Amino acid sequence: MDKRTPLYEKHVALGATIQSFAGYLMPIKYGTIKKEHMAVRDSVGVFDLTHMGEFRVTGPDSTAFLDKLLTNDASVDNGKAYYSTMCYPDGGIVDDLIVYRIGDQEYLMVVNAANLDKDWAWVQSHLQGFDVKVSNESNETALVAIQGPRAQEVCSKLTDYDLDSIGYYEHTTGKFAGVDALIARTGYTGEDGFEIYIKYPDAETVWDAVVQSGEEFGIIPIGLAARDTLRLEVGYPLYGNDIDHSTTPIEAKLGWVVKLKTDKPFIAREVLEQQKAEKPARYLVGMKVTGKGFPRHGTPLYSGDRKIGIVTSGSIAPALGQAVCLGYVERGFQKRGSELEAEVRGKRIPMKIVKIPFYTEGSRK
Amino acid sequence: MSNIPENVRYTETHEWVRKDGENYVIGLTDHAQHEMGEIVMVELPEVGAEATKGDSMGGLEAVKTAEDFYAPLDGEVAAVNEELEANPALVNEEPFATGWLFTIKASDGSQFDSLLTAEEYKTHIGE
Repeated sequence: MDKRTPLYEKHVALGATIQSFAGYLMPIKYGTIKKEHMAVRDSVGVFDLTHMGEFRVTGPDSTAFLDKLLTNDASVDNGKAYYSTMCYPDGGIVDDLIVYRIGDQEYLMVVNAANLDKDWAWVQSHLQGFDVKVSNESNETALVAIQGPRAQEVCSKLTDYDLDSIGYYEHTTGKFAGVDALIARTGYTGEDGFEIYIKYPDAETVWDAVVQSGEEFGIIPIGLAARDTLRLEVGYPLYGNDIDHSTTPIEAKLGWVVKLKTDKPFIAREVLEQQKAEKPARYLVGMKVTGKGFPRHGTPLYSGDRKIGIVTSGSIAPALGQAVCLGYVERGFQKRGSELEAEVRGKRIPMKIVKIPFYTEGSRK
Repeated sequence: MSNIPENVRYTETHEWVRKDGENYVIGLTDHAQHEMGEIVMVELPEVGAEATKGDSMGGLEAVKTAEDFYAPLDGEVAAVNEELEANPALVNEEPFATGWLFTIKASDGSQFDSLLTAEEYKTHIGE
């Protein structure tokens, strides 16, 4: 039985196309994907992301515990957040996540909904030897995201907190629309924006306040389909598409979230160190489709007759008006400007490796 | 509820077919365009290409999904809707009119009579 977020009735009333996603009935789109996508690029949109999972880590060993479990460095200041991967001992990725440091001995991990049960089991299995407590708050925490260049104007009317003082990947706890919230300047769209974590019973209050406050900026609700095109357009990997147990952060060009420069021990450290030194056999790259066609997840990539890789995400990039892809290519073929071909329905489609992000006009601070 | 006009016939793969003089006009049903969402590219067959009932004749790309479309009759491709190159969204906007895909000069017109009626198609899609 799929779960409903506390905003489910809102989505139904708005006429959303609702589908099961990671065990939740989620809004996929309300109108057209392009319109929702462009609203976030040009002004502002509001998302229900309650399906995301939240684990709270508390206790004296919180930092040491996360430093063991995650590839990125947990020693950030209170009020900061960081993006990280969590790896298996073989270097494959369990999940990618955002971690908010709430206090000296308190963090909030936000994980992908589709990986919730697997992540929870993984976290639980590594508790031994650490003086920490981890609680799964996923079923009580709602998440409303406000994303787009006008996001701060929408949010500033709903809190007394000076939002200018919250930088990118920073957060605070305080009142938002009159309720207790974690207010974070984070997102998955390439635009400026906020993610507001609240308790289930407060979700409607926050949603309604945001919609009302955003009215003058033309705010519209955004479904998961546009969330996907928004993240792809700025080249953010999606777990299950671009990264998974069979890929490492080094291959996925996520080496910047692997703390090899510190002396902290973490799961997969040796494997990733070695892979970085020896260079991986393949790399994740961004590609623009220069011909006509739409390569998708699983489409093979060729250089001449040789199969050299595979597409992991592909879609139209609405703000660019053309198709873009992420995918893995063999080392030696990853150079920017290189030309290769995708094969769709027996036809070769010319592609070119380009710099990520594809879309560079985002308002992200 | 989908628009299922009664003056055309249907296939189980969600094409509609209308007799137009010697030829048969083929398009995507309203139900199918709605399921697919915004069409962003249409790959059309070549004029003159051989069509065999049930064969893939081209593809439709939506933002989130891709589907082939199929020949409902044997024959040869007589025309394709070149408007769709520039404006693929016509398939969404007017699936039974300006959003048509291609036409077939049929080699056996009796195949048309065995296509689904509106009523049968309605049952097929569970409406």
